[in-house]
Amino acid sequence: MASLIDSILVAVLLLNLFILGTSRLHTVIRVVGVQGGLLGVLALLVHEHVGLLALVVSAATVTLKGIVIPFMLLRAMREAQIRREVEPSVGFLPSMILGALSIGFSVVIAQELPLAKAHLGLLLVPASLSTVLVGFIMLTTRYKAISQVVGYLILENGIFIFGMLLVEAMPVMVELGVLLDLFVGIFVITIIVNHINEAFSSMDTRKLSSLKE
Amino acid sequence: MAFALILLPILAAGVALALPGNRVRPWLIPATGLVHLALTVWVLARPDLQPPVAWLDLDPPGRLILLVVSLMYFLCGIYAVGYLRYRGEWSNRTFVSCLLAFLGVMSLVVWSHHLGLMWVAIEATSLLTAPLIYFNRTPRSIEATWKYLLVCSVGIALALLGSFFLAYASFHSGLESSLLFEDLIHNARQLSKPWLHTAFVLLLVGYGTKMGLAPMHTWKPDAYGEAPGVVGALLAGGLTNCAFLALLRIYHVTVAAGEGAYSGKLLIFIGLLSMLVAGIFMTGQRDIKRMLAYSSVEHMGILVLGLGMGGMGTFGAMLHLVNNAMTKGVLFLTAGNIRRAYDSKSIDEVSGAMRRLPLSGTLFLFGFIAITGSPPFGPFVSEFTIVTAAFTGGRFVSGGLFLLFLLIVFMGMGGTVLAAVQGRPSGRSRMIPYRDTFLTGAPVAIFMALSLLLGLWLPTPLRTLVDQAAHYMEAPK
Repeated sequence: MASLIDSILVAVLLLNLFILGTSRLHTVIRVVGVQGGLLGVLALLVHEHVGLLALVVSAATVTLKGIVIPFMLLRAMREAQIRREVEPSVGFLPSMILGALSIGFSVVIAQELPLAKAHLGLLLVPASLSTVLVGFIMLTTRYKAISQVVGYLILENGIFIFGMLLVEAMPVMVELGVLLDLFVGIFVITIIVNHINEAFSSMDTRKLSSLKE
Repeated sequence: MAFALILLPILAAGVALALPGNRVRPWLIPATGLVHLALTVWVLARPDLQPPVAWLDLDPPGRLILLVVSLMYFLCGIYAVGYLRYRGEWSNRTFVSCLLAFLGVMSLVVWSHHLGLMWVAIEATSLLTAPLIYFNRTPRSIEATWKYLLVCSVGIALALLGSFFLAYASFHSGLESSLLFEDLIHNARQLSKPWLHTAFVLLLVGYGTKMGLAPMHTWKPDAYGEAPGVVGALLAGGLTNCAFLALLRIYHVTVAAGEGAYSGKLLIFIGLLSMLVAGIFMTGQRDIKRMLAYSSVEHMGILVLGLGMGGMGTFGAMLHLVNNAMTKGVLFLTAGNIRRAYDSKSIDEVSGAMRRLPLSGTLFLFGFIAITGSPPFGPFVSEFTIVTAAFTGGRFVSGGLFLLFLLIVFMGMGGTVLAAVQGRPSGRSRMIPYRDTFLTGAPVAIFMALSLLLGLWLPTPLRTLVDQAAHYMEAPK
């Protein structure tokens, strides 16, 4: 089981790098959806005994992160008629290299934090930290509002991976609450994104610069 | 009772959604606020009340903040009726429902005694307040809402990671897994130290973003600047206190774990930094609402500074959160009135507010005198307590910097406020028919009276609440 969990985590990390290097937003959103689906599978694998509640959480994760949220983002894009990210402030190749560096950095940090016996040898902590960092890279270097939302999603995915360490400690209600908040959050954000598009005829957040000191 | 306080406003929000009329709907806000306030007072009068479930419990700081939030909401609710009447032509369905549900989730933050539940509630406050900030539907308010949502969502996401780290700190030491604050505090000494330290930093950044501590305050001037005044008042006096409560509970866990020295130092540092940043940006600020936003950054800094010092400082911080909320009520609500009378919030166009709007202009000036810590108003007493705590505790550098930053803020804010209230109103503003009305004037006057009262005399029940809250922070069970 442990080797399967680790292979999924490696796949998640590779998808991170792929997202950092892609300019077509359709592809980016679909890949984030695939990543969300993988996390749903992961949520099932970490349980020693799969009960009904574990199935519910896993199904909710796949549905929301894998299908519903990417669909909402794709629809927002279709309405705004945008296809590509403009050249980000840190180019696609350099941000991929930054993403790769973030993996190394996370491995170093993870070694400083002691793990419980049951979790020794798993990649969960470095994978989680690295995904959070990749989310930050997307949030800070991309200009299109949709790309920043994708960055936020990746950040949340990273946190979700860390949550896998706590499946026994976390009540299901909290997990579902977190998922619901994420969903409503993205829902509200896409509404605002549409309004940005209407008011500024663009989703470029560089246009949002009238409020400055 | 917990369920009533949380569900009543959410129910009222549902009613507001269903009501067809634009004129009746706003009255739901003060009506719900009044019932909420009455229930709150009833709960506070009966300290022996048992919590209905383990994850909804009212700790002493929670009791104090529940009272402040409830009172603040009721008074702002009256003002909101007057404001929405002025905005009669706009549909206020979303605004009123979100504002009502906002009270419900703020109550949930206060009552939640569970790390995860508290996080869910705080995230819900961000989502419910976004439509409130967006109410004016100008491109500038879209920009402000976008920044607010994005920065706060990222901050809150980090707080979630921090909550997970804290949970893992307890899991790692083989403790029975529980995210109830009761258990976390009780077992604090066994928590794994590296995880606890990292968790505190993440939670400080996360909930600090929501409080608007520097350098995570960037959303605040935009959001407070573009939101209607009444929303600004509720954010600055209600929501920030809820975020402070979240941070305070986490700090309490670190104190109970014997790591208070580590986390206290971080709080003092970030508190002083917030005051400095606020002072710098307030100097020469031409926009009165953005100026108030920086004032909020400053006072959040004062709260965490007092908390980090401990002892008398904690008492000062608890008292200051009450004083700050009341005075911010005065400032944001009058600033809203002034903006409407001048159709501008920049001192390029606002001048002579005391002549143009005698009540709002005068109260705005007095609000400024109060918030900068001049006697005889409430904030003077609490800020003086914190200074005393610093010097008697041997923290001469922190205490000295605190006084210096207060002086910078006083001078920076004074320039803008005096330019707005003194002189003669411009010809253009005389053409605008807006006048102070009972609904938009009376709540402000009550806030001002409360701020003055707290400076002269602290009623015994309130003193008990503040004392208990401060004492709770001192003594880990």
